[in-house]
Amino acid sequence: MSAAGTTDAGAAHSGAGVAAPRLEARAIRFRHPGAGTPLFDGLSIAFAAGELTGLIGPNGSGKTTLLKLLAGLLRPDAGQVRLEGHSLGAMAARDRARRITIVLPEAPILFNFTVMEVVLMGRAPHLGPWGLERPADYDAARRALLDVDLAECETRPVHELSSGERQRALIARALAQEPSILLLDEPTAFLDLKHALEIDVILRRLNAERGLTVVTVSHDLNLAARQARRLVLLQQGRIVADGPPAEVLTPARLREVYEADAEVMRDPVTGSPLVIPRSSWRGR
Amino acid sequence: MTRRRLAGALLILVLALAATVIVCAGIGSSDAGLGDLFRGGDAATTILRLRLPRLLLAVVAGAALGAAGAVFQAVLRNPLADPYVLGISGGAALGAFMVTALGLPAMLPLLPVRQACAFLGAALTVAFIFALSRVGGRVASYPMLLIGVVTNTVYLALILFIETLVELTRLHGLRIWMIGNIPVEPYDLIAPVGLFVAAGILAIALYGRDLNLLSAGEDAARSLGVEVERSRALLVLLASMVTAAVVSVTGPIGFVGLIVPHVARMVFGPDHRLLVPASALGGGIFLAAADTAARTVLAPTELPVGVITALCGGPFFLWLYRRQRGRTYFE
Repeated sequence: MSAAGTTDAGAAHSGAGVAAPRLEARAIRFRHPGAGTPLFDGLSIAFAAGELTGLIGPNGSGKTTLLKLLAGLLRPDAGQVRLEGHSLGAMAARDRARRITIVLPEAPILFNFTVMEVVLMGRAPHLGPWGLERPADYDAARRALLDVDLAECETRPVHELSSGERQRALIARALAQEPSILLLDEPTAFLDLKHALEIDVILRRLNAERGLTVVTVSHDLNLAARQARRLVLLQQGRIVADGPPAEVLTPARLREVYEADAEVMRDPVTGSPLVIPRSSWRGR
Repeated sequence: MTRRRLAGALLILVLALAATVIVCAGIGSSDAGLGDLFRGGDAATTILRLRLPRLLLAVVAGAALGAAGAVFQAVLRNPLADPYVLGISGGAALGAFMVTALGLPAMLPLLPVRQACAFLGAALTVAFIFALSRVGGRVASYPMLLIGVVTNTVYLALILFIETLVELTRLHGLRIWMIGNIPVEPYDLIAPVGLFVAAGILAIALYGRDLNLLSAGEDAARSLGVEVERSRALLVLLASMVTAAVVSVTGPIGFVGLIVPHVARMVFGPDHRLLVPASALGGGIFLAAADTAARTVLAPTELPVGVITALCGGPFFLWLYRRQRGRTYFE
């Protein structure tokens, strides 16, 4: 856990070390199949209930892999991931899927499923092994569609949606699982400004109004700094900084980790840090 | 998927299947019609002893291949997958053919030797192509399709090679069997194969929701609570078993497993809880009709049914692909 910060944002999560964390990786080691050295070796991190955390770092730093380990999609070679006090590895997949879920960028939906059918798939961990969806499941799916502002798209085939709408449909599927923790891998990648902001609003609202614990992997440092109260900066499988955005995003650290020059200003409206990359080429 | 929609669609399909069987039983190279059933005599015997068993076998084979195609397309997340393309039918055919060439079924007439060896051939093929197409701990679907096509070609060459080696008299009709043929089999063979296939399809249909989730991708399925490895292994095993059971009797019939699930998906939607039984019943309808055409088009000479399924199925599939390109899941 980060040291208590001096800012308000720091105070918001500084008590997390006292309460039992909702999601926690304990000294995990993980090596990709075929890789020589392990990516993570003894990495520990904890997320408190109701936190909204941004996971940042350069390409290959292990953000997505860490997210998949936290979601139970990958198993650590050593150490363990604990979810609400239980070992994730010992948990049945259905039990896990009622508590935590992950939204990944790849894997387009195959076949001509409608938006409703896709979102109803989120109810699978709540149904009996062979059951059909009940009216209550349709209600849960409609609530999830309202949350992502897709209520009017219920009957449309998913492959006809725009990329922004498709991303929202996948978030709705995750919400229909009614998890207490939502992990997202680059939910705004490939989206234009409008659609990226829509996703940002959805995630922050769910976090503020429902107390959903959210961990987001992001390449957009400014969006991450605006969105999250806590940023975790990864470099080659190690956590090099963990705390409020203003403390994590410093020019010296960005130069060290990203090997790029950047100035850090302050957003005049939100007060969050603004990273402005400076190219060494001064011509036009 | 509501109970009402599921029941309604299945009722329509069952009625359509029953109608197909009744109509096809009245068609043939001899002029026995359905009215002769009540008059008895040679015409009734033709219908009950020759046409009906063959029709029922066609229904069983079409059902098995249709359901297996739906499974492979979902599990491999590839709309071009089916037991024939993947080499699983070829593996089953090679297994069944090898024991037949060795004369084992004649030595052990009471045991389902051909079926067992067909299943062994199918299972080994599945294990082989899954192992070869594993990339970084994950099964990659396009390599698997390519490996399946190559494997299938090798199998067919092997069958021809063995055929040339052993005496030809025992293998009369092999060439016809290899492209898929519905033989006239007595009821005592159809009943066990039919029951086995029906049980397999039922088990697959019960895992329809897992198929939906698997078709959304391995990671997505896992995060939605599917035990991916277990579920996938079970479904592939069941699909291979029903495929092997029919291939051991009919030989490898192409295109049924590929096309029937696509048509069923266009009509009934992609939810596998309905799509699996719909592909099974639709496969039964398609193959019963195709076999009737095979019996009658060049009557009294019979065509192998695989000729009909390929001649109808191939162009139809290409038309379907062209028509849907650009606005569906094909790309």
